[in-house]
Amino acid sequence: MSTRNRLVVLFASLVAFAVLPIFLKTYGVYLMTLFCVYLMATMGLNLTVGYAGQMSLGQAAFFGIGAYHAAILLTLGWPFFVVLPIAAVACFAAGLALGFPALRVQHHYLAFATLGFNVLVYLVMRNEEKLTGGTFGIANIPRPSLVGFSLDKPLPFFYFTFAATILLALALWWLLRSPWGRAFAALRDNPIRAESLGVNITAYTLLAFAIGAACAGIGGVYFATLVNFVEPAPFHVTASLTMLLAVIVGGSGRFFGPMLGTVVVVLLPEWLRFMQNWYLAVFGFAVVALMIWLPGGLLSIPERFKAKGAAE
Amino acid sequence: MAEDRIIEFDKVVAGYSPSLTILNETTLDARRGEITMLIGPNGAGKSTVLKTLFGMLVPRQGEVRFEGKRVNGKSQRELLADGIAFVPQGRNLFGSLSVRHNLELGGITLPRGELPGRIEEALARFPRIRERIDNQASTMSGGEQKQLEISRALLLRPRVLLVDEPSIGLSPILVQDVFKLLRALADGGTTVLMVEQNVRTALNFADRALVLEMGRLALDRPASELLKDPDLNRLFLGGHAPAKRSAGG
Ligand SMILES: Nc1ncnc2c1ncn2[C@@H]1O[C@H](COP(=O)(O)OP(=O)(O)OP(=O)(O)O)[C@@H](O)[C@H]1O
Ligand SMILES: [Mg+2]
Repeated sequence: MSTRNRLVVLFASLVAFAVLPIFLKTYGVYLMTLFCVYLMATMGLNLTVGYAGQMSLGQAAFFGIGAYHAAILLTLGWPFFVVLPIAAVACFAAGLALGFPALRVQHHYLAFATLGFNVLVYLVMRNEEKLTGGTFGIANIPRPSLVGFSLDKPLPFFYFTFAATILLALALWWLLRSPWGRAFAALRDNPIRAESLGVNITAYTLLAFAIGAACAGIGGVYFATLVNFVEPAPFHVTASLTMLLAVIVGGSGRFFGPMLGTVVVVLLPEWLRFMQNWYLAVFGFAVVALMIWLPGGLLSIPERFKAKGAAE
Repeated sequence: MAEDRIIEFDKVVAGYSPSLTILNETTLDARRGEITMLIGPNGAGKSTVLKTLFGMLVPRQGEVRFEGKRVNGKSQRELLADGIAFVPQGRNLFGSLSVRHNLELGGITLPRGELPGRIEEALARFPRIRERIDNQASTMSGGEQKQLEISRALLLRPRVLLVDEPSIGLSPILVQDVFKLLRALADGGTTVLMVEQNVRTALNFADRALVLEMGRLALDRPASELLKDPDLNRLFLGGHAPAKRSAGG
């Protein structure tokens, strides 16, 4: 596709996405908002995993840290736009900390290190009842209002979240198109070569985790205000696996990979609901098939066709 | 003149593990604005000399000096900032990135405003690269990739350029081009320290040849003199059987 065609497709999708909820019932609008919320986290994970080539099974922990920051501070009456940067910065710092193991270990060792981190965060959420409410969670998280305009209704809150998602996507786009973005890719391709060109691989490894974590934290804040209630369950390791799946299914290291992948992991389970107990099995099978035939993710399909056409 | 010696190795001991010594009290130097060729049999430690100089290996003993200052243990980033650039042996591009992005990475340490000008400078030097600028780097031929690597290293306008076997895989005409480029750089004041197996051709462009054997300097001669030496073939082109290396230490 030419750049112009791409822009047309992108613009059309954005418009469709903005218009669609007007025709949907409350649950449909909720799902679309949930998609945006997840997308913030998966876009961040795509930076960590897809662009910088690190492994992470802990993204849901940051999502949770963001959500609990929002839950605790918003119920205390702090303003939303104060809580949002606090949560982002807290997750950025936690992401930096999680980056340190990545300086020493790679691949499956790093997978376990990040998974362990997720378990730890989960246990804190569940056991530190005074702070987090334990398994009962924290309820009545208020939604913000925007210059006196209430965002309590599903549709306004959707647009509020949608706008934040677009802003975050633009920020990431800008970052990835900059020389710093290239340095992440260099780190993924070959850290030794990257270092010999002067790329500070320590800093970039840590930043890959920290920026990815901050995105998840921002998503977490929106998540808490969307569902108005947090408990540990949505931040379990399973959620981290789902997020990683979204990145890989869409096409890891491709800017629009998480958009497609998140549609699949958020919406497909809903669509497959009619199969009841079979849905997980079908979903699992589809993922296995995809990994075998399309390791580059859904976004690699056009290239596949092109390569085939060229070979013939 | 001592200040002429921009690079000095003073009894440097270095290796890849504590029990494996590759450079064994190696002493050598390279002079400013010259092309110094490092030759010797496979496994002699030529690449190791360049890697040690570029901070990829830390000497266990001895001193590496750049412009008279000790640089042992400096990071690659610091050495780049000091004015040393390195084109390692083999392939060194980021294959999944475009040619342009590969070039830009060479300038990652530059202030952002300077990058476009430097890239233009590099493209003017290698018109072939300009034609391929938006292609994926891995789709370029081996020779084109080497040109790109060299131009990427030159992006920082280094005062010392370390090149490890630039001629491998290049056609004879391209080899001449690369050597001519290095000669032009040296004539412009850049110091070139080059490892090269293509001895006879390279000697025509070099100022000095250092022969390394088992991690020690075996010979240090002006290039022109060595080229006239009737023993040249026997000495370096016949090939040496890799000698046993002392373990331990
Ligand atoms: N990364 C490494 N780890 C362990 N040993 C190494 C490593 N790199 C090189 N060596 C060993 O160090 C010795 C010198 O290697 P070096 O690469 O310096 O040789 P060279 O003179 O450049 O040879 P060539 O002409 O084949 O490139 C060799 O015996 C090699 O096996
Ligand atoms: Mg070598």
